[in-house]
Amino acid sequence: MPADRLLPDTDAEDLLKLVREIAREELAPDAAKHEEAGQFPREQFRLLGRSGLLGLPYAERWGGADLSYEVYLQVVEEIAAAWMSVGVGLSVHTMSCWALAQHGTDEQRDRFLPDMLGGDLLGAYALSETHAGSDAAALSTRARRDGAEYTVSGTKAWITHGGEADFYTTMVRTSDDGPRGISCLLVDAATPGLTAAPPERKMGLTGSTTAQVVFDGARVPADRLIGAEGDGLRFALDALNSGRLGIAACAVGLAQAALDEAVAYAKQRSQFDRAIVDFQGVEFLLADMAAAVESARATYLEAARRRDRGLPFVRQASIAKLVATDAAMKVTTDAVQVLGGAGYTRDFPVERFMREAKVTQIFEGTNQIQRVVIARQLKRS
Amino acid sequence: MPNIVVLVKQVPDTYSERRLSDSDHTLDRDSADAVLDEINERAVEEALLIKEAQGGEVTVLSVGPDRATEAIRKALSMGADKAVHVSDPALHGSCVIQTSKVIAAAVGKVDGVDLVIAGNEATDGRSGAVPAILAELLGYPQLTHARKVVIEGTTIKVTRETDEGLTHLEASLPAVVSVGEKINEPRYPSFKGIMAAKKKPVETLTVADLGIDAGEVGLASATSTVVEAAPKPPRAAGQKVEDEGDGGAKIAEYLVGQKLI
Repeated sequence: MPADRLLPDTDAEDLLKLVREIAREELAPDAAKHEEAGQFPREQFRLLGRSGLLGLPYAERWGGADLSYEVYLQVVEEIAAAWMSVGVGLSVHTMSCWALAQHGTDEQRDRFLPDMLGGDLLGAYALSETHAGSDAAALSTRARRDGAEYTVSGTKAWITHGGEADFYTTMVRTSDDGPRGISCLLVDAATPGLTAAPPERKMGLTGSTTAQVVFDGARVPADRLIGAEGDGLRFALDALNSGRLGIAACAVGLAQAALDEAVAYAKQRSQFDRAIVDFQGVEFLLADMAAAVESARATYLEAARRRDRGLPFVRQASIAKLVATDAAMKVTTDAVQVLGGAGYTRDFPVERFMREAKVTQIFEGTNQIQRVVIARQLKRS
Repeated sequence: MPNIVVLVKQVPDTYSERRLSDSDHTLDRDSADAVLDEINERAVEEALLIKEAQGGEVTVLSVGPDRATEAIRKALSMGADKAVHVSDPALHGSCVIQTSKVIAAAVGKVDGVDLVIAGNEATDGRSGAVPAILAELLGYPQLTHARKVVIEGTTIKVTRETDEGLTHLEASLPAVVSVGEKINEPRYPSFKGIMAAKKKPVETLTVADLGIDAGEVGLASATSTVVEAAPKPPRAAGQKVEDEGDGGAKIAEYLVGQKLI
């Protein structure tokens, strides 16, 4: 049973209808094969671009659709339900456009944004380094101003779309002034001196690529600096507040997909002469899964509606990320349980869903960091 | 700059269970989800490809009940410019000849038509005859079952696929073309296309607007009616052959027994 949505208007209903059609016909049928083969879904991202889905929450002036987060996130959820790597990729791409869309000059936005939002370019977001994960301010990739260029050296780690992206929204150190010494550069993937290391060998999201991105004296034009020097960490953390809502939506989509598989299987699997869905032990498991999915969805939608109204939403976004990703882990694990031995095999998708769920508790701020954010907000109030 | 009319039809989704109504054996339109017929998506795509290469205008034309506007909107969201929708309760139960007369009259309402593109057959009625009848009524050449369409000036060249091979056809515009499954892969609408489609003009006409008497159309005066319908019998179980190392030989024996080899 697909998610039952209460959408704000007919435009949103029409959009979700298009997204479901693309998800059902173009994404879901290829997901298992690509993930098994570790094959990056580049063409699928191009299709999203042609369908106008790569810049939804940004201004129409630069190729976006001025869409609310409330609706955009439900698009992400539907795509993640069909194919998690593509849903996560859409969320990461959208986050990668945020710094320029929000803080770029009109000249920069006119020049770069239309292809990022309305074309089929794919973005990456380069903040983490091997020693600077949760402690992002410890990053050390160095950018030195040299006339009209920055010379960038250092290694970014855990970069979704590393080696596949067309641009990297990259946080670099421009001074030794701790968190205030970080700046944001929009780096073209074709920049000489920029290379991607071989992709990480991951537990899940094997169709998506995650790699270190190495800057070795890469020369980046200074007009690709977003905002002023020193603004980078603030932009990065602001982008993450919205980005983690995207991850919450992906987690809900994944959990919904696992629930749908579990219900379908339990209805047709018969033991002791009746469908296992009629045993209360399974009924309660499924009911708890549905409760987890729908409460997680309500949580991210609440945060999104606050964001859309210009209200503070940092606490709510962290709560949504924490609740939705923990729900995804639990629901996908229980889906494997419902399918029993079949669920543990790669002939059914739920073991993949379970592997994919794990990383949602880790990336874009571990769930421990989410608790830090939530607690900080509580102490402030 | 060809001026193109694309015929589109709303049909029951082939994924859902399709039924005829008990009372008059016409299509029970409420029993299934209604969608733009897939072959029509290909017809629209072909028109859009021609327009993108050569300019011109694409008008979508549909004969169907009020809810056919959904199919029309889909075609407009793919990129067609405007639409004509003939909707009239009098049309209920019309045969292919009546329907084709209505379509011909509606094509006449569009100025300076160079080309009419249709799907070769709909997934519901499946008469596959409308494009040919329409060409006859309009006095246009008919180039049916196309898998490739090329327009050069006022000449149209079509590659037709048949069981025997390929036929190359050529005619002068205006003409009627019907396209088959292999013509192209239709695009998805974009979100912007969906939004833009809501503002595109749709002219709604009755049969009276087309100068046709309501008595000339509909079930009562149809040239053909469905007298009986039965669902397809379920497929009988096949014959299983255990492979004990001689599976190939056993299959060959079976095929010989059926006089197939």
